[in-house]
Amino acid sequence: MNDPSAASPGQLPTIPPLVALAMRPLPLLPLQLVLGGVLQRIHRRNPALFDRLGPHARARFGIRPIDLPFAFVVEAKPPRLSVVRDLPSGLDARISASFVNLLALLEGRVDGDALMFSRELVIEGDVEAVLALRNAIDDAQLDLATEVSSLFGPLGAPVRRAFEAARGQLIGSSGQASS
Amino acid sequence: MQLSLGPVLYNWAPERWRDFYFRIADEAPLDVVSVGEIVCSKRSPFFADHIPAVVERLQNAGKQVLLGSLILVSLRRERRQTEELAAVEGAMVEVNDLTCLRALAGRPHAIGPFVNIYNEASAAFHVAHGAKRICLPPELPLASVAAIAKAIPDVTTEMFAFGRVPLAISARCYHARLHKLAKDNCRFVCEKDPDGLLLNTLEQQDFLTINGVQTLSHTCANLLGEAGLLHESKVGSLRLSPQDCDMVEIARIFRDVLNGRDDADGGNRRLAAAYPGVPFSNGFLWAEPGHLYHRARAGDMQGVAPKIGAV
Amino acid sequence: MMELICPAGTPAALRSAIDAGADAIYCGFNDETNARNFPGLNFSRDEMRKSIALAHGRGARVLVAINTFPRASAVEIWHRAVDDAVSAGADALILADIGLMDYTARRHPSQRLHVSVQAAAANPDAIAFYAETFGAKRVVLPRVLSVPEIAEITRESACETEVFVFGGLCVMAEGRCSLSSYATGKSPNMQGVCSPPSHVTYEQTAEGTKSSLGGFAINRFAATEPAGYPTLCKGRFSTAQGAGYIFEDPVSLDATTLLKGLRDAGVTALKIEGRQRGRAYVESVVRHFRHALAALESGSEADIASLKPFTEGQASTLGAYRKTWR
Repeated sequence: MNDPSAASPGQLPTIPPLVALAMRPLPLLPLQLVLGGVLQRIHRRNPALFDRLGPHARARFGIRPIDLPFAFVVEAKPPRLSVVRDLPSGLDARISASFVNLLALLEGRVDGDALMFSRELVIEGDVEAVLALRNAIDDAQLDLATEVSSLFGPLGAPVRRAFEAARGQLIGSSGQASS
Repeated sequence: MQLSLGPVLYNWAPERWRDFYFRIADEAPLDVVSVGEIVCSKRSPFFADHIPAVVERLQNAGKQVLLGSLILVSLRRERRQTEELAAVEGAMVEVNDLTCLRALAGRPHAIGPFVNIYNEASAAFHVAHGAKRICLPPELPLASVAAIAKAIPDVTTEMFAFGRVPLAISARCYHARLHKLAKDNCRFVCEKDPDGLLLNTLEQQDFLTINGVQTLSHTCANLLGEAGLLHESKVGSLRLSPQDCDMVEIARIFRDVLNGRDDADGGNRRLAAAYPGVPFSNGFLWAEPGHLYHRARAGDMQGVAPKIGAV
Repeated sequence: MMELICPAGTPAALRSAIDAGADAIYCGFNDETNARNFPGLNFSRDEMRKSIALAHGRGARVLVAINTFPRASAVEIWHRAVDDAVSAGADALILADIGLMDYTARRHPSQRLHVSVQAAAANPDAIAFYAETFGAKRVVLPRVLSVPEIAEITRESACETEVFVFGGLCVMAEGRCSLSSYATGKSPNMQGVCSPPSHVTYEQTAEGTKSSLGGFAINRFAATEPAGYPTLCKGRFSTAQGAGYIFEDPVSLDATTLLKGLRDAGVTALKIEGRQRGRAYVESVVRHFRHALAALESGSEADIASLKPFTEGQASTLGAYRKTWR
């Protein structure tokens, strides 16, 4: 058998604090526009995802990458995303994990329960809504490289290659399954 | 409405066990008494010698006796024990695990609260295979109880109406685990807790009760306030489950309220005095968390627009 | 070779399971008829039809779990689930309720029927009852048996046996547990949920993360301490005799090292728990057992990664298969 820790999701790196510090003064609006576009696209291309959310489609989720100086507020129906410095109160649920773990979760490359067991994913608030979101996303088989690059029109192909290279560096080819 | 007494679930000293039933036979206003060790097969030998005398005394006192089968049957010895029980004549077996059914082969029997009957189709299946009495699972809501009882009018439908609620059974003994003993060498430590061992949450909230391989509620089921409603719903018998208290008095209280000699509020006060320090619960019947208790339901007893179903 | 039976909570997970080498996939409809009735999970009628067709095209079978106990006055919901699963081409139905088995055996006599673990058939007599009365072809054994006990059952039974080899572990006899509904009003038997997420809260306290179910504190984890599901049977409690994990630690079953023993015991199929888990879990765990089974066949040493990250409390147990507590 291999090293028992070899498949550990704990292997995924976090953003170095210095990098995060350097990102702090960055304006949030451009990021919000890009990510908002990605969400709209996902919404158009994956209607089943929103069916799966069922009664939780109207929940407001706060998503906080613990290694970045900003956070996201996401709503599914209608699709809305805002980038904030700090999560507001009154959200239905809050999800926090490292940025890379959040990306990997979004693409179904890691198992959410496993991240909970290893304490790398923290959930507060409406646990049922978070579970519905996780299950809906897991079934959608999102590919962020495709979703992001499609926003860049003719520049899509190089953007896609850049994204995939960065993802490969961070997550490895298949996340938790790598061993 | 009949009153029945379920089997003693805890590990009582054999003489105390025998004397308990002798007094029940002589003094308690009960119609049916179910006897036998149904929780742990390791305990059975202690009571085996006393069972014939207990059955005789109960029958001579005019009470119908049921012989309870083991809840969880996995060992060869437990299978043999269950098969022998099914062969006994002169008393009906109360089936607590389907293992029994094959050996009974359609002969008349009773079904205990540990068999999963959640709907009228399952109840009808058991009736077609010889069930004469059915004590429904304690977790059933009133709407289901009423639908099932209505579907099997020729059979006595019973509800678990008093006592800590059995919630789970395991192959593993939690008394032994707590005392750091192996199950095969458990030294019968469960006998130290004749009313079960209280289990608290980390915040010191009373929660569950441990009884060897069985887990029960900390609260004591009490459907005295719902007796009228259950009667209207064609439930024909209420089951009292023995706790470490005066069960003759408990039976008298239920009988008094059923006969109109006392009202539900008076009966509840007497129950609380007879089994002090343990909160009541009736949440399961109202399709709510089982640990909850609704005192206000007592008003339903008078039959004023009884509400069946969701609350 | 023993069959590998794999979980799927979504059509995507079903495809992952097939890719990773599943012989069969078990799944359920997205309603109260199956015992993993969690939000966002399970199959619509249309998804079930398409998924079964896809699986059949790739040589895999689909077993449809309709393994809750039908609600009184609403049994037709379960009847419809049975009828729809049959017409969708299910290779077998996994049932727990005696009335529903009776219905299925009468209405669809040629449909293959498996006895769910929720039916708690824990010995040859109970199994024979299901086989003789309803023509059940296979029984999923409760997780309360040791390997020798399983061997005895397979020797004495005409029915095939299926046993769990990985995943969540009920320490109570399955299908006979009302702990969840005692705390929350919702139970595996009736609503198809144990410790429903709607009743779970996590709270950050000075002593760590506190999990509660229906208002009862279930556990408290220090910041880096591995955690488990907020199920009652794996919570920390206190008694006059001591405190801690009174029923069971937060652990998952992993019977990888017992595959040979299970094969020699005559087991037909190995089951992986986890319809509520993600594709990453399904993919990794199924591949792991596919490799382990291949190694068992060829008699070689299996070169397989540990599944520890996927386990509750980051720890595994052999459960009742090796009864150290007996």
